[in-house]
Amino acid sequence: MRARLAGFSLERPGTLDEALGMLAASKERLTLLAGGTDLYVYLNAGVARPGRWLDLWGLDELRGIHEVGDHVVLGALTTYTELRASELIRGALPLLAQAAATVGAVAIQNRGTLGGNIANGSPAGDSLPPLLAYDAEIGLRSARGRRFVPFDRFYTGYRASVAAPDELIEQIRIPLGAGSSSRACRFVKVGTRAAQAISKVVAAFVLGRAGDGTVDHCRAAFGSVAPTPVRLRRLEQHVIGKRIDPALIRTSSDVLLSEIAPIDDIRSTARYRRFVARTAWQRFMEEVPGL
Amino acid sequence: MRLVGTSAPRAEGEAKLTGRARYVDDLPLTDFLWGLTVRSTIPYGRILSVDFDAGADWSGVTIVTAKDVPGKNVVVLLEQDQPILAADRVMHREEPIVLLAHRDRDRLWELASRVRIEYERWEPVLDIDASLALEQRLFKDDNVFKAIRIDKGDVEAAFARAARVFERTYETGLQEQAYIENQGMVATWDAAAGRLEVVGSMQCPYYVLKGLCPIMGLAPEKVVVEQAATGGAFGGKEDYPTILAAHASLLSYKSGKTVKMIYDRVEDLVATTKRHPCRTRIRTALDASGSILAMDVDATMDGGAYCTLSPVVLSRGTIHAGGPYNFENIRVESRVVATNTPPNGAFRGFGAPQTIFAMERHMDNLARELGRAPHELREEYLLRPGQTTAFSQNVGDDVYALDIQREAVARTRFEERRRECEEFNRSSRWERRGIGLATFLHGAGFTGNGEVVLDSRLKVDVTADGFVQIYSANTEMGQGKDTTFSQIAADSMGLPMARVRIITPNTARVPNSGPTVASRTAMVVGYLVQEACGAVRKALEAHAGRTWRDPDDFASLAAAHHRERGALEGWSRYEPPPGKVWDDKVYRGAAYGAYAWACYVAAVRVRLDTLEVTVESFDAFQEVGRVLNPVIAEGQIEGGVVQGIGYALCEEVKMRDGVMANANFTNYIIPTFADVPEVKVHFAERPYPFGPFGAKGIGELPMDGPGPALASALTHALGVEVNRIPATPEHLLELLGNE
Repeated sequence: MRARLAGFSLERPGTLDEALGMLAASKERLTLLAGGTDLYVYLNAGVARPGRWLDLWGLDELRGIHEVGDHVVLGALTTYTELRASELIRGALPLLAQAAATVGAVAIQNRGTLGGNIANGSPAGDSLPPLLAYDAEIGLRSARGRRFVPFDRFYTGYRASVAAPDELIEQIRIPLGAGSSSRACRFVKVGTRAAQAISKVVAAFVLGRAGDGTVDHCRAAFGSVAPTPVRLRRLEQHVIGKRIDPALIRTSSDVLLSEIAPIDDIRSTARYRRFVARTAWQRFMEEVPGL
Repeated sequence: MRLVGTSAPRAEGEAKLTGRARYVDDLPLTDFLWGLTVRSTIPYGRILSVDFDAGADWSGVTIVTAKDVPGKNVVVLLEQDQPILAADRVMHREEPIVLLAHRDRDRLWELASRVRIEYERWEPVLDIDASLALEQRLFKDDNVFKAIRIDKGDVEAAFARAARVFERTYETGLQEQAYIENQGMVATWDAAAGRLEVVGSMQCPYYVLKGLCPIMGLAPEKVVVEQAATGGAFGGKEDYPTILAAHASLLSYKSGKTVKMIYDRVEDLVATTKRHPCRTRIRTALDASGSILAMDVDATMDGGAYCTLSPVVLSRGTIHAGGPYNFENIRVESRVVATNTPPNGAFRGFGAPQTIFAMERHMDNLARELGRAPHELREEYLLRPGQTTAFSQNVGDDVYALDIQREAVARTRFEERRRECEEFNRSSRWERRGIGLATFLHGAGFTGNGEVVLDSRLKVDVTADGFVQIYSANTEMGQGKDTTFSQIAADSMGLPMARVRIITPNTARVPNSGPTVASRTAMVVGYLVQEACGAVRKALEAHAGRTWRDPDDFASLAAAHHRERGALEGWSRYEPPPGKVWDDKVYRGAAYGAYAWACYVAAVRVRLDTLEVTVESFDAFQEVGRVLNPVIAEGQIEGGVVQGIGYALCEEVKMRDGVMANANFTNYIIPTFADVPEVKVHFAERPYPFGPFGAKGIGELPMDGPGPALASALTHALGVEVNRIPATPEHLLELLGNE
């Protein structure tokens, strides 16, 4: 391990209130530790920020998957394993279960959390496009109170978010109907290999059609094509109210390409990412059931 | 003969499975320091100053620079161009400059960041073209570590009468060995005794010994090198451990303490050797009917900043460039050049996978060009008994190329499946399928007169309580050598394997039976095991006047020998097979004692929406003399094929400014089991008279075939020539040219 551990302190609050109190009282920005699947890697590489770490793993208030009114509410510490196993998620929000199944290895899925994936803020985070496609809201909590932020307004830039230094992610709230089985949906992960891979491009699509066959609902969300996970609102608007036909697939693909800004990095190329983003969308549209 | 040919369980398996096996990081040590290397942060330039930040706490820190080297500051290999610590100039990124040691491992990385090194930066040479253009002179006058030329027939005359010329260029990239256990070494300098002891992860204890002596200024008898349990190597622990051993030794020498150095994965990836990148251009002279008149092969490898083993890698690559073919006229010109990148080194296959990729892809492209099936064109030129290779070796009857390809083509239904793929491709919207093959040979043992020069010796003795002990410098590194040696010894002695012990490779205890490299261990050294056992057996039988009935009887005869005649031991020494002559000046003759012959068939499915490749099937056919242990031999082939699938499809070292930018296993992508099909292994056996019980070497063979077989399958699937590996989806997109 390249980090010098003497530069770190780890504190373990016993309750959520205690954690919020510690956050409120601290002058420095605390590092929040959930499953550790990102932070331990940073420690090993010697790039973790030294200082006080707050270990949230023991806070059961941040666990659980529940139906509350017309929402599914997921505790921030919900693991990928729990997402995969949950009947509720598999039935109502299948893209989230599919995304969870593609993350790392079993050990990573046992420790890695939804809240951690959001807080880490990697544009390649596999659970993030499904959250965008399902209109998720992020429940932020501090000693000052609780507020909900639509997920597509959560990030302000590369690994930067609206969360204040004294706030933590308490829960993720998703409308129950977001993943309605009457809608076509698809999760696409193009990784660096068949398993244990980080995404080169990750996407989630949800598409609903009215009785006359025109598109009346569309969400298209991508990761790894911009500094943050993104919803392609112009693409969505472009297809709303139209029938799916080869012309629409073509024109919407052009809109898609105008709306993403992938880069060359050590995992892939901008060119490849543009190609895959387009073909993922094309193939989804071509294969919408009942077309 | 009861054990050879059976899948006897792994001799060292239980120790490894139960955690009893001690890797270097597991060795119990007391009163020792941790060592760390401070490395260059520029690829090329002059070191102006080395300063130690006065704000940091340097108490208790041992610091070693080039000035502290007691002997010569040079890594002695083929040339003497590489310092053990850079003194005045750096030739590549991550070159060692300063060594630090401290009790507290936790502090070392921080201390390393407080060593301030100022440089005068020079414009680096980062690839083959810049090196050949002599943008800087890095090595002698021409940047060429070694150049080789092979000539057979009259190539010029053949090109002069050619109806047309078919030319292509092929490229292979860097590859990381990706052993599980990172490099690690422990050194203890005993000042009172003037004696140095080193133990660590390595393939070749005697290489380390030879390298340490001049650096430490010590006579060989004052240095002891021992191998710890080693978690994989693949050539990556052939030459590099000398450097790490010297670093740990220098720190121990200065501090007077035992020093332990263990690389983490990032350091291991950025600093240690990789497979040489290679670019090969092949021109073929064709007559009007499409027959091959001549081949003109020109290969250039990137050796990195120092010479290391590059000339030998180039040699094997050059010799294998002509493939298993009888071309009447062929010329191979090759060179390995200097660049300001970390030195490349040994890696399973040792130059052959690069040139075999070129030749096998070229044969495939030629077949496409001529409208012929890939196996049919090859059949015409595959070596027959009595014909000669590119380097004019008459292979006599030891040739199996045609047989193995025919068997592979028939048993994989190659022709039929080619048609099935083509039919599938006409109707599929989002997928393409393809099938390809590669036919090749791999020479076992050192090249040319190398085995004679090595002059390997091996000892076997018998204890008074009836155990046979094998003393060899050859290392177990996961390949199963302890088991196959035990099988050979047990059968040679007519004893069960439990009666055979392998002595830990330690230069004070075992003779130099040569390095554990070059597919030589089972074949060359295994034969020495058989011969030394034969000597012991003869001596014991002579003394007893009879042979033994069973292990107990053997023990009583051994005890009697110890009582009446003293210790019982037998030696063997390498003798070249008769009639094998190699001329190193003109690169002609018997390059190797024996060849393994192979034909690999791969089928792929490519998704058109992502250009991701699924390997649908992989069949590996090879003739290997004699299979000593089927599970171990199949394991060698399966492992090599998986390593080859990685080489072909996903393993890409991304160099930025002379350093590996994707230096972790998140971003350097080796295949997992989800990326590979069941590898079907098929052995043909034709015993080789100078291998133990007929065995030939197979360690490197499976590395050669997957690259070209898969690239040819991709070519078949996509209709574009795939002439560069790794053929990543990004590269395939470039080839297909669509946005």
